[in-house]
Amino acid sequence: MTFRYLPMTDQDKKEMLETIGIETTEDLFQDIPEEVRFKGRLQIEEALSEPELVKEMGRLAALNKNTKEYASFLGAGVYDHYTPSIVNHMLLRSEFYTAYTPYQPEISQGELQAIFEFQTMICELTGMDVANSSMYDGGTSLAEAGLLSAAQTRRKKIVVSKSVHPESRDVLKTYAKGQHLQVVEVEMEDGMTSINALRAEVDEETACVIVQYPNFFGQIEPLKEIEEIVHEAKGMFVVSSNPLALGALTPPGKFGADIVVGDAQPFGIAQGFGGPHCGYFAVTTKLMRKVPGRLVGQTLDEDGKRGFVLTLQAREQHIRRDKATSNICSNQALNALAASIAMTALGKQGVKEVAHQNIQKAHYAKKVLEEKGFKTAFTGPFFNEFVIELKCSAKEVNQKLLESGIIGGYDLGLSYSELKNHMLLAVTEMRTKEEIDQLANVLEGLACVQNISH
Amino acid sequence: MRTEHQSLIFELSKPGRVGYSIPELDVPEVNVESIIPSDYLRTEEADLPEVSELQIVRHYTALSNRNHGVDSGFYPLGSCTMKYNPKINEDVARFPGFAHIHPLQDEETVQGAMEMMYRLQTSLAEITGMDEVTLQPAAGAHGEWTGLMMIRAYHEANGDFNRTKVIVPDSAHGTNPASATVAGFESITVKSDERGLVDLEDLKRVVDQDVAALMLTNPNTLGLFEEHILEMAKIVHEAGGKLYYDGANANAILGFARPGDMGFDVVHLNLHKTFTGPHGGGGPGSGPVGVKADLIPYLPKPVLVKENDVYKFEYNRPQSIGRVKPFYGNFGINVRAFTYIMTMGPDGLHQVSENAVLNANYMMRRLEPHFDLPFTQHCKHEFVLSGRRQKKLGVRTLDIAKRLLDFGYHPPTIYFPLSVEEAIMIEPTETESKETLDEFIEKMIQISKEAEETPEIVQEAPHTTVVKRLDEATAARKPILKYSKQV
Repeated sequence: MTFRYLPMTDQDKKEMLETIGIETTEDLFQDIPEEVRFKGRLQIEEALSEPELVKEMGRLAALNKNTKEYASFLGAGVYDHYTPSIVNHMLLRSEFYTAYTPYQPEISQGELQAIFEFQTMICELTGMDVANSSMYDGGTSLAEAGLLSAAQTRRKKIVVSKSVHPESRDVLKTYAKGQHLQVVEVEMEDGMTSINALRAEVDEETACVIVQYPNFFGQIEPLKEIEEIVHEAKGMFVVSSNPLALGALTPPGKFGADIVVGDAQPFGIAQGFGGPHCGYFAVTTKLMRKVPGRLVGQTLDEDGKRGFVLTLQAREQHIRRDKATSNICSNQALNALAASIAMTALGKQGVKEVAHQNIQKAHYAKKVLEEKGFKTAFTGPFFNEFVIELKCSAKEVNQKLLESGIIGGYDLGLSYSELKNHMLLAVTEMRTKEEIDQLANVLEGLACVQNISH
Repeated sequence: MRTEHQSLIFELSKPGRVGYSIPELDVPEVNVESIIPSDYLRTEEADLPEVSELQIVRHYTALSNRNHGVDSGFYPLGSCTMKYNPKINEDVARFPGFAHIHPLQDEETVQGAMEMMYRLQTSLAEITGMDEVTLQPAAGAHGEWTGLMMIRAYHEANGDFNRTKVIVPDSAHGTNPASATVAGFESITVKSDERGLVDLEDLKRVVDQDVAALMLTNPNTLGLFEEHILEMAKIVHEAGGKLYYDGANANAILGFARPGDMGFDVVHLNLHKTFTGPHGGGGPGSGPVGVKADLIPYLPKPVLVKENDVYKFEYNRPQSIGRVKPFYGNFGINVRAFTYIMTMGPDGLHQVSENAVLNANYMMRRLEPHFDLPFTQHCKHEFVLSGRRQKKLGVRTLDIAKRLLDFGYHPPTIYFPLSVEEAIMIEPTETESKETLDEFIEKMIQISKEAEETPEIVQEAPHTTVVKRLDEATAARKPILKYSKQV
């Protein structure tokens, strides 16, 4: 059988074996001990031709309800946003996606410059001094912020608000276990970090306080008050942020954050069933040499021409091995490129306009639902997500919504026992007034969600 | 490649230009200051570029022209498996039913995605000879750490809290010791012998009851198969340790040998290497981890299972190490890898490794007369030359690498493994034709002659790239990590 990715002909093989001075390719595998040599045929599915493959993969894809066909109000860390057409066109320039880490800068200036621009844009949005070239995702980026804080302060206690994404907190706990760090979760009040509870937890053992802004419920945490508490105890202030929200909100850097992390998925990156997305990691200059992952820096070539290189590599695993600041090697470079293209396309005006449309549409949705008699769970200021109370399970409601062409919100009972029958709704710029009104109407029509007070 | 100066996107910016289009706001607008406290509303706009759509397209097209990928030319970067990235993979990954689904949708609405994942993890378990596979880790290093955390959980579940050491060979990838540290272990180095393989005597010396695991790449980073793998497994297992397989070099053994049959307890694969997920300029990768039965309870949450033809994520796993990543891994890369496995089938994958190994041995034998070859046995999918002969002539391995740029090649991996002086690590992969290999070999021979006759041509290389050698020392000493407007 011949395969289109394998160019070797029988004649090639014969000539190559002759050059090597052996009879068969089997001779090249004699160093694999007889006992462990695999002699059978792998029991995996048989090869498919290209048309058969497209058909089968198309069949699997068609089994999934996608957000191109359904109006989605599901967010909870992953969002349906406007992606300019050019993002995909530029991503498919194969000089980008078929390259690897730019270890040879002379032939990698394109990638290096694009990442340098990404770092700059992340700094602009977060209000920080330094951003790295990307992390796996927002969750692992948050966990690494915890580790960096512990290493920097030589303290063992990581304080995290319960209003931080539950899956990110889970990832943090796994990473912390590895480093023998303690993770303490702070209770909430009205869907926000309880300032009193926080004050009670933060002490001289506290490496950092981690909050999310906007938080998991979409609410805008009082960074100013939190900052005072954490810095008074000489801990690090870590903020996880949706970078699109920062087109409208005051950047965490302005509130004295030491580390800002998050996921750039809202910028041109498909929801893709949760990955690959694009973690980012931004710090103050003081922490520049402690950052995990790759950094691109500007320099000059021998002729004095501007160029870009990977820099401060003494932090990294391929140089420092067991003393590295992190084990990360491959990151999410291509997704950082996607985010760069999208941030560039939106630009100064667009990032602000899109962020404001999210605020307006989400607030409109909340108002319409309240008018229909639904109770919203929390009262704080919010970005593009809010929580409504239901009279029955969110799962049932979502099944009903699906029949009307709507992907409903996140069932909070899955992550918070006290929020059973609560639904987190996300309303991005992609949702039209008509879709929002339809959501409200369908919900109103479902007996199980009628509010008694109505 | 074009050589003119390339502006930063910020330098092209002019107030008033836009590169996007969204509908006018269609809901009644409220005063934002009435709903968000003014302290939390941005007063200074984020200074992103203001450019038109064509300017953006020209900018990124120009950047792509200043970049070398596998599609541009030969890319024999050792240990990175720079094989062809099939176009069909890109098409399939963009099907709306894969690209535009949300990870928190009801499971009933994403059964196709879950079936794909299940079939992929089942295939990978068979290919590696393991009992179960998780697709969650985002990349190789993430897989290493996940695997080590599971090994730790296993020991601790056995009441064994004193296993503090992880052994890594001196030829190991830097991620191995770094992952051991992040997982809370101390890493101990085991030496290689004169044939480039793990020194069994040294292994016996370092293995004791404190050992949690031995991490091994097989074939190792010298491209050599660790022939004594069964003895090594015995030494580690008898001391109560576990054997970890770094799958960075799995491209050498598909259908020829399986880590699970060699005694490995945990395996990670790099789907962006062996299984054609594109390298993306440094990522995203995907680093699934396979385990033997006794480690299954410790797999990260959630675990994807199939019950009565329905796919489910199982969260109730009391002994699990917990979550290692939000959601379910780099799904989009996993779609590409599955597409590739379905393209190749069992015979195709076998032929992949056969051709990869044949290509590497052919190149090695043809280059052997011209460069020092520290380890002369047959190699697997890659081999390591030493530039020490050329170094005596004043030409360093770095110079050879830079000279290759002039001929349109991405150079091999250099100065790794650390155990070889002036190392040049070459991995051709199976997707390259003999003609491509021959052309590259001729250029390498030419460079070795230049090193003798006209060394300055090599020392001053590259001559044809958009920039010359860059000042990395100043870049690190006075870091400029973002653009600042000239005042």
